[in-house]
Amino acid sequence: MLDVSKTVTRQAIWVNRGKPLLFLLGLYPVARWIWLGLHDGLTANPTEFLTRSAGTWALVCLLVTLSISPLKTWLKMPPLLRWRRMCGLFAFFYAVLHALAWAWWDQSLLVSEMWRDVLQRPFITVGMTAFVVMSLLAITSTNGWMRRLGRRWQSLHRWVYAIAVLAIVHYWWHKDGKNDYSEVSVYAAVAAGLLLWRVIRWRHGRSLASTA
Amino acid sequence: MPVYRYPKIHSSEITPEDVWRERRQWMKAAGAVMATAPLGMGAAMAATPTSTASLPALPGQKSRFVLMEPSTPEKDVVSYNNFYEFGLDKADPARYAHRLQTRPWTVRVEGEVAQPRTFDIDALLKLAPMEDRVYRMRCVEGWSMVIPWVGYSLSHLLSQVQPTGKAKYVVFETALQPENMPGVKSRVIEWPFTEGLRMDEAMHPLTLLGFGLYGKVLPNQNGAPIRLVVPWKYGFKSAKSLVTIRLVQEQPMSSWMKSAPREYGFYANVNPEVSHPRWSQATERRIGEDGLFAPKRKTLMFNGYGNEVASLYQGMDLRTNY
Repeated sequence: MLDVSKTVTRQAIWVNRGKPLLFLLGLYPVARWIWLGLHDGLTANPTEFLTRSAGTWALVCLLVTLSISPLKTWLKMPPLLRWRRMCGLFAFFYAVLHALAWAWWDQSLLVSEMWRDVLQRPFITVGMTAFVVMSLLAITSTNGWMRRLGRRWQSLHRWVYAIAVLAIVHYWWHKDGKNDYSEVSVYAAVAAGLLLWRVIRWRHGRSLASTA
Repeated sequence: MPVYRYPKIHSSEITPEDVWRERRQWMKAAGAVMATAPLGMGAAMAATPTSTASLPALPGQKSRFVLMEPSTPEKDVVSYNNFYEFGLDKADPARYAHRLQTRPWTVRVEGEVAQPRTFDIDALLKLAPMEDRVYRMRCVEGWSMVIPWVGYSLSHLLSQVQPTGKAKYVVFETALQPENMPGVKSRVIEWPFTEGLRMDEAMHPLTLLGFGLYGKVLPNQNGAPIRLVVPWKYGFKSAKSLVTIRLVQEQPMSSWMKSAPREYGFYANVNPEVSHPRWSQATERRIGEDGLFAPKRKTLMFNGYGNEVASLYQGMDLRTNY
């Protein structure tokens, strides 16, 4: 037992030391945009490129967030969970940029236009829903809110699974016009895998409980 | 209000070749980053357009159809394309269209005509005097360009074959070279890509047979060696790399009408008041000109060509005939 706790302590030290690196890694997309911007690499349609790029990175960060838990089990590294909040907040950061890009470049910051767009275009409706739920989770991600919400905090933050599904639907419907699902289906497969892992574990846990 | 005047802006608005060549070097450097970019991000990026420097010059004479707005930089016109035969990404045509075989090339003109004929591309290049025309181009996706085309009115060609009284519509069929076109494996639309115009639209002087842009023959990704340009309609109506022009009695079904009938009708006139089912058409972003801080600009009825073409649609409900 002592050995196990020693290992975990050692892991915790490394996980904590890795946090600043994780933070820098999370800023890689921003650095890349700046670099591309300075080198004429944002394509002929920079606003569209940046809007889509921010959305893609939000999804990437969300999937990374969802893979922390399976990774923790697989690597037998419980302290890895300490990275999860930062990953989730980076997903939110890129989602904010994605939503801002839409509001600014697509809708000229006109609230009436945005509202109409949300009501008129199903893929925007779905994307906006995901964004609103994600904002709730980001706001309640602090230690203070965790304390205040107690047990309810965990059930609230299970909504991250709904966000993942909505994000994939949003992306999928966006590609509907051209029937071009080659990229989105890869993201969908990863998301499905991560959710499936949870369903299997949950069922496994239930069957263990019933035999006990 | 006169929409056209004689060219004034020409050469000063054109990006000097040494400038865009230098930019192109940067684009190549950008490719290095791509390798490390995550899945999918790369596709939108790798714009390494084939150089247009080696393309032969195609001089044209002055035209009355010259728009008094700055032309979109050539590098954008030749690197940001929808040409699904070469892939769905905007950068795909510039990447793959060099495979298109543009010689030998013939265009068959047939159907309701007294004299059906097959024209060799070299004959077509000499059929009528080439003109320099600068048109707006409004894509149905909500972006626009201003493009200096070289070509002549389609009516010059149609009058050669003597349309009969039964000719009411014109069908345009484009090249299908499966071994050279990686995009035709996808089933987005039916191949070969087909478009259509009403006879009076086809005979309108604005309707252009394009052979070049920016004073040179067309780059493959822009529809070499011969394409249609209909400036008051959404860009997809301007079919690229034409092989057959057929005059018919009945209104034809275009590829897009078959693919998404609720979204694309036969006319596809630029109309800020009629939304696409999935987005508004009221505004547009001008490629290469509207910076990150510029608001989108208002889309003009008939793309600003109302003086010339509005009479063609008198009495028609443009909401139902979208």
